[in-house]
Amino acid sequence: MTAPLHEPAAEAAPGAAEEAAVAAADAKAVQGRSLGRIAWERLKRDKLALTGGVVVLLLIVIALLAPVITSLLGQDPDVYHESLIDPLFSTPKGSLGGISGDHLLGVEPVNGRDIFARILYGARISLLVGFLSAVVAVVIGTVLGILAGFFGGWVDSLISRVMDGLLAFPQLLFIIALVSVMPNEMLGLSGTGVRIFVMILVIGFFGWPYIGRVVRGQTLSLREREYVEAARSLGAGRIYILFKELLPNLVAPIIVYTTMMIPTNILTEAALSFLGVGVKPPTSSWGQMLSSAIDYYDSDPMYMVIPGVAIFITVLAFNLFGDGVRDALDPKGSR
Amino acid sequence: MTTQRTSGRRKQALAAAAVVAGLLTTAACGGGNGSGSKNGAAGFDAANNKVAQADQVKKGGTLKFVSTQDADSWDTTRGYYGFMWDFSRYYSRQLLTYKTAPGATGAQLTPDLATDTGKVTDGGKTYTFTLRPGITWEDGKPITSQDVKYGIERSWAQDVLSGGPVYLQSMLDPNNTYKGPYKDTSQDHLGLKAVDTPDAKTIVFHLPKPNSDFLQVLAMVTASPVRQDKDTKSKYGLHPFSSGPYKFQSYSPGKGLVLVRNDKWNASSDPVRKAYPDEITLDISTNQTDSDQRLINGDYDIDLSQTGLGPQGRQIALKQNKDNLDNPVLGFIRYATFPTSVKPFDNIHCRKAVIYAADHVSIQTARGGPVAGGDIGTNMLPPSVAGGEGQKYDPYNIAGSGKNGDIAKAKDELKQCGQPNGFSTTIAVRNNKSQEVATAESMQASLKKVGINADIYQYDGSQIAGIIGSPSNVAKKKLGIVIMGWGPDFPTVQGYGIPLWDSKYILQSGNNNYALINDKTIDGLFDQYTTTLDESQKTQISTEINHKVMEGAYYLPFTFEKVLNWRSSRIGNVYTTNAYSGYYDFVNIGLKSSK
Repeated sequence: MTAPLHEPAAEAAPGAAEEAAVAAADAKAVQGRSLGRIAWERLKRDKLALTGGVVVLLLIVIALLAPVITSLLGQDPDVYHESLIDPLFSTPKGSLGGISGDHLLGVEPVNGRDIFARILYGARISLLVGFLSAVVAVVIGTVLGILAGFFGGWVDSLISRVMDGLLAFPQLLFIIALVSVMPNEMLGLSGTGVRIFVMILVIGFFGWPYIGRVVRGQTLSLREREYVEAARSLGAGRIYILFKELLPNLVAPIIVYTTMMIPTNILTEAALSFLGVGVKPPTSSWGQMLSSAIDYYDSDPMYMVIPGVAIFITVLAFNLFGDGVRDALDPKGSR
Repeated sequence: MTTQRTSGRRKQALAAAAVVAGLLTTAACGGGNGSGSKNGAAGFDAANNKVAQADQVKKGGTLKFVSTQDADSWDTTRGYYGFMWDFSRYYSRQLLTYKTAPGATGAQLTPDLATDTGKVTDGGKTYTFTLRPGITWEDGKPITSQDVKYGIERSWAQDVLSGGPVYLQSMLDPNNTYKGPYKDTSQDHLGLKAVDTPDAKTIVFHLPKPNSDFLQVLAMVTASPVRQDKDTKSKYGLHPFSSGPYKFQSYSPGKGLVLVRNDKWNASSDPVRKAYPDEITLDISTNQTDSDQRLINGDYDIDLSQTGLGPQGRQIALKQNKDNLDNPVLGFIRYATFPTSVKPFDNIHCRKAVIYAADHVSIQTARGGPVAGGDIGTNMLPPSVAGGEGQKYDPYNIAGSGKNGDIAKAKDELKQCGQPNGFSTTIAVRNNKSQEVATAESMQASLKKVGINADIYQYDGSQIAGIIGSPSNVAKKKLGIVIMGWGPDFPTVQGYGIPLWDSKYILQSGNNNYALINDKTIDGLFDQYTTTLDESQKTQISTEINHKVMEGAYYLPFTFEKVLNWRSSRIGNVYTTNAYSGYYDFVNIGLKSSK
């Protein structure tokens, strides 16, 4: 048996490495560990969550670099390739929906647009709407949740009733109705811009009660804690208590809910685009691709599979990552 | 004339849009001869403009229709769907009807209740008809000229009986002086002055102005007789009283109906209808994929709506049952039109720029390809209408060298229009028609190449009248390109083009002259057409009107629409007819076996 070339080097190292580890352990023991650090240590050990996180990062990079990637491949999401379409059935020539070296994921039926390019551009829409609507929901939900929990009384009743109302609201129907009466141009945006703006606002608006309830509940229990009492008895103002005492302790649940909310929002965007009230053509979106794939599920199943898989992977990655973050941030967590 | 409502046949063809993709090459080498094939099907295109398997038909049996769409109404006054007009010949008769013959011959008129096609006197202003002996209602009573007059009068009662075409009013009583039989104070409710019934067998029409298409209008189902004591007003559509060979046994709206033989009908009194089956059924299905599959399985014989198989059904059928398919050219034209109220489309050169820039092959593919979508449209008169020239007239070289878009010419037109770098505009398209959205996207992509940035505005297809049919809304929303389709109400240039191109038909709501064409020459040609009685001259004027419309560059034609329609192996004597825009002529279809 021959030894690998680098083995001697590795053998030389252990002494130093051990020393370093011991030193680090000593340092930790002395310093104590912040919540963030503990969470990160836990998260690092959760392989599933890490995988999810990596996929999420990858998706973000892909979405940001979509124009670069597609132009490197010599593709454009809006260019027609009718020569690749069988005029008999309107479906792509070749097997698996026309997958080839030029068109990595094949081409669309009828017009022959490159599916890979459209999936990449579709990722931009999904992530943009998913993230920004989550931000809207988190901002509104945190502010109103804290106010309700902290002040109690009629403020709490009012905000809680509003949340109950919104949770009972048929949001999908409302968005469909809203989009169809929306003007084509507003606030300097037009066409797809308006649609994206409206989707972000509305999905965010209907999402905030979920976060608002959690924040309210947490605030209710936190405001009775001794350290808050202590701050109050030392003469701290309401603003100080809200922002310096309560908010930092709410960060963990807010992060957890945000990571869980993003995939839900991505699904809502896909559903809206599927129903034809999402982005406008020629802008691509996964939901809209799925919807136009229905007519070809038999003859060109790949066209339906690809955006479906894209949505599946994205939502799964976010959920795994979100679960991991929740476990990591949970102080009573076993891991 | 169509203030009440836009053309139903068009709408339904729009529905037809949910169609098909191509198979031209395979079609050409497939079957096509009279009767071959394993299961007894007549062969591909065997019933397209010719009669398939007429000799194999026997009397008896049940002919089974299926459809994803019920009629708008089975009331002869109210129906506007082309398939309803086609189907209504089972239970209604008119003074005149269309010949039961394939293709263009099928669009010719032939006497039905009347003994001949009428005596025209007074310079084309008076038409006199005599009724045939032996014509009866389903209770055996004779059909009288008063019944015919009453049936015609009903279409004035649009407040109660809305929905049907209103050509009769516009030709007999253009100022709407008659208020309809329900508000008629005369004792017999037959107060319409333009129609006389001197005796039970004679009926005389007095037109204020001659109209060369008056006989066409009398052949429409709207001119069917209705008996006053059987008129249930707005409920008449639930059980129309039959004057034809079949009568309603049952009907539940949205579910289906059953027609059975009308034993009081005398075959000797009816030169047109053969009445082969004993029973005719219709089932309404909610799902096209399902109803297509059941047609292919043999559970049904024929699709009532005649909109062609859906994408799934068409693929199965083309691969396995091609001999059961026909690929007729429908009378419909798919097109984009340019409202001249929206800048820069007030300038003819900008309109021409769009026509030249569009990739016509790409549009055709978006509509379903050459077989399921149709041939590339090159002008605005359907080939099935007298005077239509098909692809022979192609002033913009749409199907020729310019079929993939002529960028150089488009840029040149843009320069002449004063917009050398292009401009921005909006394409209006119905959101419920996937092919229409696909054509809009295709236009968007090809217009971008010459610098024209088009935004696609999708709207609810049932709101046509108030969105693209409202010129003020079109101007407000700046809808520079409107995508639509249109089929003839009756197969003449008047039945097709007058609502689209005559300035008198520009309406504030429910407008169909989307381009707002206001051309004295075109108006004059329509006036000339209505007073011309000579057929060859009428044809010539029709051609000329089409040329004037095309020269004005108001329209970008997409396709002369085609569909793939299914006919089961059980049926014979099947043929398409121009009378119903290329649909099968339902009334004389028979079964090969009486079981």
